[in-house]
Parts: sequence; C-alpha cells; structure tokens
Amino acid sequence: MIDQYIYDGTFEGFLTSVFEVYDRKPTRVKIVSERLVTVNFFDEEHTIYTDQAKSDRVWKGIEDKIGKKAGNLIYKAFLSEQSDREQVLLRIIKKGFKGENVTDNFADIDVLRLTNLVKIVGREKHRMDAFIRFRLTKDNVYFAEVEPDFDTLPLNAIHFKNRYSDQKWLIYDRCRNYGIFYDLKTVNYVQLEISNDINSSLAAPFYFTHDEMHYQDLWKNYFKSTNIPSRKNMRLHLQHVPKRYWKYLSEKQP
Amino acid sequence: MNFERIKEKLNILADAAKYDVSCSSSGSKRANKNKGLGDSSGMGICHTYTEDGRCVSLLKILLTNHCIFDCAYCVTRKSNDVKRAAFKVQEVVDLTINFYRRNYIEGLFLSSGIFKNADYTMERLVLVAKKLRLEENFNGYIHLKSIPGASDELMREAGLYADRLSVNIEIPTEQGLKLLAPDKKREDFIKPMRKVKNEIIQYKSEKKLIKSTPIYAPAGQSTQMIIGATGETDAQIMYTSAYFYKEFQMKRVYYSGYIPISHDERLPSIGTDVPMLRENRLYQTDWLLRFYGFSIQELLNKEHPNLETDIDPKLSWALRNLQHFPVDVNHADRRLLARIPGVGMRSVDKIINARRYRKLSWEHLKAIGISMNRAQYFLVCASSQFETKDRTAAQLKSLIMGTSSSKWRGAYNSQLNLFESNANVTVS
Repeated sequence: MIDQYIYDGTFEGFLTSVFEVYDRKPTRVKIVSERLVTVNFFDEEHTIYTDQAKSDRVWKGIEDKIGKKAGNLIYKAFLSEQSDREQVLLRIIKKGFKGENVTDNFADIDVLRLTNLVKIVGREKHRMDAFIRFRLTKDNVYFAEVEPDFDTLPLNAIHFKNRYSDQKWLIYDRCRNYGIFYDLKTVNYVQLEISNDINSSLAAPFYFTHDEMHYQDLWKNYFKSTNIPSRKNMRLHLQHVPKRYWKYLSEKQP
Repeated sequence: MNFERIKEKLNILADAAKYDVSCSSSGSKRANKNKGLGDSSGMGICHTYTEDGRCVSLLKILLTNHCIFDCAYCVTRKSNDVKRAAFKVQEVVDLTINFYRRNYIEGLFLSSGIFKNADYTMERLVLVAKKLRLEENFNGYIHLKSIPGASDELMREAGLYADRLSVNIEIPTEQGLKLLAPDKKREDFIKPMRKVKNEIIQYKSEKKLIKSTPIYAPAGQSTQMIIGATGETDAQIMYTSAYFYKEFQMKRVYYSGYIPISHDERLPSIGTDVPMLRENRLYQTDWLLRFYGFSIQELLNKEHPNLETDIDPKLSWALRNLQHFPVDVNHADRRLLARIPGVGMRSVDKIINARRYRKLSWEHLKAIGISMNRAQYFLVCASSQFETKDRTAAQLKSLIMGTSSSKWRGAYNSQLNLFESNANVTVS
C-alpha cells in the first residue's frame, strides 16, 4: 500500500509535503498534485494543506544543508510540471540531506533526471525570453501573450525587469491563466480577463496604438528581406522555431 | 514617421546586409543603469530564425547601399544595377529602439556601403551608436562594421559606444582579394583592427588602476571571410583564421559560403551551389581550435590541405592518429578526453565530475550523452561489452559511416554508397 500525499500543485505545497514525509515517516509515499491525482483502490489518500512555515523550514534546510545551487535546481525542475517531478525531487532531497552530492554526480540516475528537467525548463525559459513579442496597447503597456510548455514565467521575470525597466509591460500565460506585470517599480503576479477578439486584425486598432501595426508590419518585412532563398532550409528553421510558437510571433502572422 | 518610405528603405538595406553572417549578441558587459532601456549583460538571444535557418538577433542593416567601390563579390558594388537607398541617422535610431522595445531584437548591427570616403561613412555609423547610448540611454547590443581605411580617431570613438567592432577581411588570400576587390588593400582592414586591439589592451590595463575608465568594445572584434569564391584551400582559410585569432585576439572569425550574385567571369557562375557543407566543416575546425586545444598544424597541413567532407574534422584527425587511442575515460586528462570523437566539451566536464564518484561504464557514458556510434572505437571504460579490436583507419571509417545518418548525407551521397558497400565486406 502506498500513501498518496495530495497537495495543491504549488511549490510551497510540495515543500510542505516533503515536511510531512519527514514528520510522519510513511514507508511508501507518493506526492501528487491535486490536478493529476488518480484514485487507486490500494492507496491511502492524505490531503496536504500548504503551510508557509513548514515550507520555509524545508526550503531553508535545502539551502543550508544541500546548498543554494541545489535549491535552485530543485525549484527549476519543479516548474517542469512533469508527472515524475515530485518523486524525483523527493529522492534528490533525501539524498542531499544524507550528504550525497546531488548536483554533479552524473552517474546517479536521479541526478541525471534532475539535470534533464532543469535543462528542458531552462530551454523553454530561454525560448520565452526570445519569442515574447510585445504589442503597445493604448494604455501604454507593452503586452505579450505566451503559451509555454512549462511554467516558466517566474524565471522570466528578472530578465524582462532588467531589460525593460523604463516601460510598463505585461506578459500573460494563456495556458496557466496568470501573468506577470511590471509597473515601473516591481513585478507582480496578476490574473485578468482577456477579450477573445484581441488577436483579430479587425479589433486590433481598438486595443493597440496606431504605430503598433506599422512596427509589426516593418518587422514582418525585415524578416522577409533578411532571408537568403538560395540557402533555404526549412528543417533547420522548424527545429529552431517549432510551429507551436508561431501563434504569437508577429513575423509569422499572415 | 513616414512608414511607407521607411518600409521601402528597410527592404533594400536589410536585403543588402544579409550576407554578413555575424549575428552574435553575447559576450558584452553593459548592464542596465539608471532605469534605462536594455541590458546586454547576459547571453545572446536569437529572437527568431530566417527560413534558411540563420539566427536573427540584431537588426542587421546597411546605413546606405551607395558605394564607391566595385568589389566583384558584393551586391552593393558600384557597377551593380540595384535600387539604392540611405537611412537618416535618426531613422536607424527610431527603428532600433522600437524593435527593441517589442522584444524583436537584441540590438543593432550596422554596416554600410562607402559613400564619399571611409571617414565620412564611419562618422555616420558612430553617430548612430552615440545617439542610441547618450540620447536614448540604450544598453542593448551594438555591433558596428568598421569601414576599411577609417581613421584611428574614429575607431577610438566607435569603441566607446559599440559593443563589438568588426571589419571583414573578405577573401582568405591576398591574391584573391587583389583579383576581386581591386579597390581594397589588406592593409586597410588591418589598420583599424590593430587600433581596436591596442585600445582594448590599453583599456584593460587602465581599468586595473582607474575603475571609472569608460568601457571599450566589451565584446571585442570579429571578422568574416567569403569561402569558395577564389579556389583557396581549407588550409589557406584556416591558417589565415588562426593568424587573426592570435594576432588580433579576435573573438570570432566567420565563414560565409559564397552565394553567386553576379555574372562575373572571375567568380563561380550564378546557380552554383552555396558550399554549405564546407562552411560547416570550417566552423567545426574553428571550434576545435578555440575550445578543444587542437593546433592548426594537427588538423590541416601539407599532406592534408583540405578537410574531409564525409566525416567531421575531429574524427578525421583521430583516424590519422590512432596511436593515441583508445583513451581510458576513467583516467585520461581533460585534453585527451576532448580528443575522443563523439565527445563534446560539455560531456568532458560531466565525465570529469561524474568519475569522482564511481568508475564510469558504457551505460553512464550513454546517459551523459556522448555519441556512441563514433566514441565506442576510441575509448575504454569500466565495462567490456564492446570489444575494442585492432582495426585499421579505413575499417573504422566504414563502420562509423555505416551507422551514422548525417544531415549532410545528400551532399556526399555517391561517396557514401561506396563506403557502405565497403562496410558490408569488412563486417561480414
């Protein structure tokens, strides 16, 4: 029989679950996000309520005993949303607390998986840094929509804050339904209703500035002019810019 | 802003600038300060890719495609009948800022045809960079193309505002340059390069004493040459390259396969294929020189003036130097590990870290991500599943080629068939 610890899917919730594992010492345990839980006749379910104090204690423990670098990797891997993440990270944390190296020992299967999760999250974060396209709204906010494969916005925030410190901007994750908004001072998490017609070319002049359309047009033209047809290589092109990102790339709009 | 007119200019002046292959936007130290715009303290970012697969990181344009020179390989040459245009300084500034704010680009790559003379042109390029830095408080990346023959004073000023400076040596050999660009002299490229190199050295030594010394071209300088226009050998190209790395501490040398753009009996005719595979092999060689500790003499020399097309240069070197193999992965030093075909520098680092914890076997190496189909014949580790028989270089080559599927396969198809039939004979 396995004890299923069901938590709310947040990082704090996960750390709280780790706290409970150390506290209750179950023999076999599986930490599962409430969104992914499947009822299994043989398992016993326990709901874990996110507790900031417990979460903080585990986080401090990770940073002090395993190291800041490991903490960083664990957080990034968590953002991958992969179904095995909780189990891998729990084993990593246990190994780390026992004094094993969990950042460089690439002969360990869990360390390799951790590295792999961090890698795919890092790549997606980097792609968001690259593929985000701001459009200037009539409210003077540079607005972008994204649908990243993993939950990367928390990692993107610093990059955009450093880069665009003199303009208001909002990046909205359409999959996870939250965004990060910079108001010239700080970056905050926000949730909002976005009209469905915002991406239709007919309604665009209603939301965006007059010049905005012109700059998108210039950029599209630039994209075309800078291509060298005699070197055309669509396979390589698609490898770099997979189709799933085209939806929000201004240069790829008809 | 007259968007219609700007659009027309942009089409002409981006089209003319696209043959410059440099697209790097990394390696600079220019953090955002005083709540300005932009930050280039991190790594470079490719914001999109053209349909030919090249990275788009910077707004790459010419200030003008008017030119007093008549270099045979260049679309912008005087005698070519093309539409001409010129940006105003402020237009380039506005385009850069507005593209940057929308996260389309990392910054500006500004080159130019030469109008009037070298200094008149260079002065305008510098003015664009100066306005971006001083009036717009812009901290994005700026790469200025130096105009051959530009004066030392302008090169000094350029480096105060630009992150990278470059001047293209165009043709790998001096005779080739004489043939195709009679207006240009190699010395005209060398002079601004030397000035920049000296300024960088001076900056570094002053910086140690005075913290506030203004930064000078923090991303260094680069250059480019056209490949396949004048019948030069790979050795001639790479020895030129090695010289520029050593003599001018170049950050990068770029290789641009010649794209036939004009009817000129001195050049390959229009319709000739762009030498993409050759270009790729040259970049691989360049990589081996800069990061893998190879010396140019080991890779190209009198006996081997050209790189092989069907295998990469590291494998080619290994097959000529089988006496160094097999390498013991659990004991060999960094330098030797880096010489195993199929093992990249990232894998080298991982191996060195991982083997502190246990002896590595095939399974570990596979998990680390080394390319087994090549590596297996050149290394030993803590397992004996794969037997390392004594094989000749020719046997190894056919074994490896029989199992690999290169994206370049089409480019050497006839050769490959020959090797495959060979492979059948040796394996059976």
